Amino acid sequence: MGLLTPDTGTIIWTFIGFLITFLILRKYAWKPILNALKERDNSIANALKAADKAKKEISRLEADNEKILAEARLERDQIIKEARELKESLINDAKDQAKAESKKMIEEARESIKNEKTAAINELKKQVAEFSVDIAEKILSSELSDPKKHKDLVDRTLNDIRFM
Amino acid sequence: MMRFFLCCMTLLFMSVLFLKAEEKHTPSGEATHQIEKKKFEPGSFMFDHIGDAYEWHIMTVGHKHISIPLPVILYSKTKGLSIFMSGRFHHGHNSYKGYKLEMSGENKGKITDEEGNLPLDLSITKNVASLLFSIGLILWIFLAMAKPYKRNALKPPRGIQSFLEPIVVFIRDEVAIPSIGKKKYEVFMPYLLTVFFFILFNNVLGLIPVPPGGANLTGNISVTFVLALFTFIITTIRGNRNYWKHIFNTPGVPVWLKIPVPLMPLVETIGIFTKPFVLMVRLFANITAGHIIALGFLSLIYIFAEMSTGLAYGVSIVSIVFLIFMTFLELLVAFIQAFVFTFLSALYFGMATEEHH
Repeated sequence: MGLLTPDTGTIIWTFIGFLITFLILRKYAWKPILNALKERDNSIANALKAADKAKKEISRLEADNEKILAEARLERDQIIKEARELKESLINDAKDQAKAESKKMIEEARESIKNEKTAAINELKKQVAEFSVDIAEKILSSELSDPKKHKDLVDRTLNDIRFM
Repeated sequence: MMRFFLCCMTLLFMSVLFLKAEEKHTPSGEATHQIEKKKFEPGSFMFDHIGDAYEWHIMTVGHKHISIPLPVILYSKTKGLSIFMSGRFHHGHNSYKGYKLEMSGENKGKITDEEGNLPLDLSITKNVASLLFSIGLILWIFLAMAKPYKRNALKPPRGIQSFLEPIVVFIRDEVAIPSIGKKKYEVFMPYLLTVFFFILFNNVLGLIPVPPGGANLTGNISVTFVLALFTFIITTIRGNRNYWKHIFNTPGVPVWLKIPVPLMPLVETIGIFTKPFVLMVRLFANITAGHIIALGFLSLIYIFAEMSTGLAYGVSIVSIVFLIFMTFLELLVAFIQAFVFTFLSALYFGMATEEHH
């Protein structure tokens, strides 16, 4: 068989063989393989895209978090400040109130002490007057019982009274 | 892999069975063989190996040819269909059913009938047997490879998939898409993949020196002719308006080149045929050349052996080193030629489907 001359039998066999191989492989091998490769490529591309999107989302969320945190910090400071002010004012109010109350109580006490004192003085005055009358009465009765003493008294009194 | 190994083993056992059968047929031939001591002819040694044959020659021990006989299928108008094993010819010594194997002359190596006419020869020759084996191998490997993809496309490749998938992706991304374009490449992918792996498998099988390897299939002009024919048919069928316009009314060329003498259309028309012709010759020449060089190094041993035995031992070392080197080179060539054929086919398809711009 010549090297350079095509041989009919071989051509026919190769043609049929190759054609059948091609048709079988096309249907049962290349189609599923190529489809699967395409599907895998697509899924990888999609996954990468989704990952990229997620990354962006995360960075966006992080920025948001930072903002929210800053706001929260600010708010906290505000609240603390307000609380401090409230505390201060509350204490001051209480202090003022207490001072006023105590002042009022002291005033009342002073008033009542004054009243008591006045009443006591008046009582004392009244008793002293009564005692004086009693004493005078007693002295007079004793003085007048004795004619000598009576006379003395009259004398003394008469001595005291200066005649003008 | 285990199954593949088993397949090979069965084939080997079958060949041994055939051998046994054949040896019974050859007692008469031996006597005549032993008288003449044939001189070694490197030319016929090489061409016998790279050419086709009706039997699969494995080796010659002494004067006994050990080969696997293959079925001969002949059809002639006068005799009709006749099928018999090639062992009936006894290496050209006998004729059978009126057919004989020509050992010399114009039809050397072919089967002729009594009048010297050539019947339609559909024999399973060495190349055809190798072709059938490689087809079986390719089908088995790729159908097995496709199975996991059908089950779950998103699973990462494993086993044979991980070896073949990069090649498939390479053909798609580096051959088909750049040459044909992203829009149209899909139609051509099955053909490109089939032709690539067909050539690759047969190239590599050709490098294996023992059957079922060793046939020079992709170095056979008939086989490369058929492959180129497929590329030609697909290019012609898929050719769009723009492609044919480019051939018959080439744009951007002076009018006097087209009318009155249609020089450009003629050149372009010849071009349609030269492209696949080049594909055919390139593959054939590269693979055949590789086989010839490898056989040449082997022949050196025998040539020197005829001068002196010692010299042959010396030469054999050098020859085998070169042979191993050549085999590695041929392994590279096997890939390159499969790639080149596929790539050029893709380029032609790209030209045929290119849109006007």
